[in-house]
Amino acid sequence: MIRFANVARAVAWRSIHNTLVNPAILVPSIVFPLFFLIAFAGGLSRISDVPNFHYASGYTAFQFVFVFLQSAAFGGVFTGFAVARDFDSGFARRLMLSAPRRSGIIAGYTLGALGRWALTGTVVTVAALIAGMNVDGNGVQLVGLLGLGIAMNLVAALWAVGLAMFLRTEQAGALIQMPVFVLLFLAPVYVPLSLLTGWIHDVANLNPVTPVLEAGRGLLAGSPAKVAIAFVGLIGAALALAAFARRGLASAERAGAR
Amino acid sequence: MAVDIAAGHHADVAPGTASIVEQTLAVARRAVVRTSRQRGLIIFPMVFPLILFAINGSALSPATRIPGFPTHNYRDFLIAMPFVQGAMFVSITAGVDLARDIESGFLNRLAMTPVRGEALLIGQLGGALVLGVIQGLVYLLVGVAAGVSFASGVGGALVLLALSILISFAFASLGVLLALRFGTGEAVQGIFPLLFVTIFLSSSSLPRNLIKSTWFRDVATYNPVSYLLEALRSLVITGWDARALALGFGFALALLVIALGLAQAAMRSRLART
Amino acid sequence: MSGEQAIQVEKLVREFRKGPRAVDGIDLAVSPGEIYGFLGPNGAGKSTTVLMLTTLLPPTSGRATVGGFDIVKQGAQVRAAIGAALQEAALDAILTGREHLMLQATLQGLSGAERRSRTTALLERVGLNEAADRRVGGYSGGMKRRLDLALALVHSPRILFLDEPTTGLDPQSRSALWEEVARLAREEGMTVFLTTQYLEEADVLADRIGIIDHGHIVAEGTPAKLKADIGGPSVEVTPTERDDGGRLAELLTAFGEMRRNGNGSVTVQLPGGEAELAEIVRVLDRAELHVETLQLHQPSLDDVFLAQTGRKLEGSGDGAQNGSEASAGSSPGRRGRRRRGR
Repeated sequence: MIRFANVARAVAWRSIHNTLVNPAILVPSIVFPLFFLIAFAGGLSRISDVPNFHYASGYTAFQFVFVFLQSAAFGGVFTGFAVARDFDSGFARRLMLSAPRRSGIIAGYTLGALGRWALTGTVVTVAALIAGMNVDGNGVQLVGLLGLGIAMNLVAALWAVGLAMFLRTEQAGALIQMPVFVLLFLAPVYVPLSLLTGWIHDVANLNPVTPVLEAGRGLLAGSPAKVAIAFVGLIGAALALAAFARRGLASAERAGAR
Repeated sequence: MAVDIAAGHHADVAPGTASIVEQTLAVARRAVVRTSRQRGLIIFPMVFPLILFAINGSALSPATRIPGFPTHNYRDFLIAMPFVQGAMFVSITAGVDLARDIESGFLNRLAMTPVRGEALLIGQLGGALVLGVIQGLVYLLVGVAAGVSFASGVGGALVLLALSILISFAFASLGVLLALRFGTGEAVQGIFPLLFVTIFLSSSSLPRNLIKSTWFRDVATYNPVSYLLEALRSLVITGWDARALALGFGFALALLVIALGLAQAAMRSRLART
Repeated sequence: MSGEQAIQVEKLVREFRKGPRAVDGIDLAVSPGEIYGFLGPNGAGKSTTVLMLTTLLPPTSGRATVGGFDIVKQGAQVRAAIGAALQEAALDAILTGREHLMLQATLQGLSGAERRSRTTALLERVGLNEAADRRVGGYSGGMKRRLDLALALVHSPRILFLDEPTTGLDPQSRSALWEEVARLAREEGMTVFLTTQYLEEADVLADRIGIIDHGHIVAEGTPAKLKADIGGPSVEVTPTERDDGGRLAELLTAFGEMRRNGNGSVTVQLPGGEAELAEIVRVLDRAELHVETLQLHQPSLDDVFLAQTGRKLEGSGDGAQNGSEASAGSSPGRRGRRRRGR
């Protein structure tokens, strides 16, 4: 167990460190979520004038939850890129040769993802507050929102790390990113679920991201709903993807043995 | 039969000067062949804006219920977007292609011939142009299939196609300019986030007069991309709006002329021949 | 045009904003039909010189004429008279070999029919007939270099510039290219200006060599003359009995400059040439001095470079190339050459 923790800590630290010292990675990971916040909360705020748009805390808060969770998801995805790069550069092989408990590697990468998102999530939150976002949830509810973010980050990271380990090349980037991107946007991004019409309403209804989004918005507005469903869904996904990632690691090990 | 290369020395294989038209066509031919052989480069830039159109076309459709929204069909409003986004991708492709020629030294090889800088420039844009035409047709067809109806009829659809091709050409000139100035593919691709942001800070999702946030509305008002979108849009929603069309064509032409002018100067210094 | 040099360079200088002068006042002249080898380590200024002579880079000062035309004032005429295969392969991986040649031919101003016949002829000449319609991305290094050469010849230039033409090639491809270059000069009277960092290449191909280091020409002449200038061959004698070293030295010093080596052997210069070897053997025989090995050492261009600059040529440039490539394959004039450590 100790060795597991050591490996995890070492990998996580490296992941976070590499992000912090490399502006080419750090800056986009902060700037893009900020940009989405501005474009959506700022440019689209008129959407709250749509009849029957009911969200007590205002459009900025409404969009903040999406951008917050989106940044958590993409923080996880970028970690997958880093893993793929490690394979391309050969560093992954060294890692696997030296790590006493290899499953610690997965844990390390996902912890690293969390660490990297910590900065982005904070920046986005502060920006929204500066923009005058209303916060109507109490302490516990806000912690719940944070928990949703952490869980989202974990799920995305496990997906990304797992797929990166299966594919082991930087070109996997698009494949890792696209499903996450599409899944996020096939949810009630701009308006609540009840206002969606057409095919997207049906899709969003089935989309597992939707309850997470709605739960987060409810928590921020002080009227939580679907929180249990959201967490159950996320935890279930995390468990399944953890197994997926473990399989990915095994596949990488087999390939590396060559 | 051994062909005697030496005969070339004294006889008729002395180089003449190909006309600038011939040169341009030769370079353009290469550009088109290169583009057609890189399927991946064609497919993704074409498909991505359509995916966004599909998603946002549905997800943002409640916006039509905002009081004062100019149309009942959000897709009529949004269809302008793919054309401009597509032009952005064309720009990057054209720029990266030329940057690759610079980095590999291929441009130097061409510089050893009597080829004129203008021929190289326009020829290079030829590939981008073809891409722009194909994209424009695809978006048009997809739009019509998705239920977009043209207030300006078939004539309007053709004008829209023409404007979108002009916009592609203008953006491609920008991409080529970047390639010539900075000489690397990375520098050209570095502009992508900037273009992306520029397109969003415009009237791409909502008409300018309905944007609530004042600073956002101001940015959109000063953003030339807004006028490109509005001109394209006007042909779909309004019919024949002279002012919108003038602004759209005007800005596209302005971008084209400026970018092309600067690119020509940059090409001259790139060729650096004495 | 008789009597006029194919390439004439006077005090050519090229400065860059940062750093020392890449080319610091060189003078050289190349006669028509000659193969001139420009030899020097990485960073010596070879490629910069070639870029200037091919009009791709203006000189800071000095003048030069190529094919009788001034490189600054008559750039277009220079370009019409020369072909250049420069350092980078500069090929488009997505186009086929034939498409490259057709494009080049069109831009060089050849008419429609000429383009086709020229393309076919050149493809056959460089042996790329079968690969002509395959994309260049799939060509081997040797094939790319051959296409490079063909492209340089499209407009039948009189003067050919080759910038490190065999760097990175396997020995077979290298020999093939050497043969082709030699043939072009011999049968078609092509003037060839060749830059290289490989001694062997310069030695084998060039009629005359200019050795360049840090932007200066430090030595110039035919390979034989350059080597002769630093003294003739030398012989290294290792006695069977190590103690005989002193006696050996005494005996050999009569022949020429002598030095004793750390491993007990003695090296002596032979200004009289190899013929003296027989006399040395007789002298040692009469003295009943038993010899374990006797090695004849011919001076190499490396020795010339060493004599002029105090450094070895191979492996002495910035970002040194792997010199082992140069010693692959045999070469005449290297009998008994001792292996040098790297």
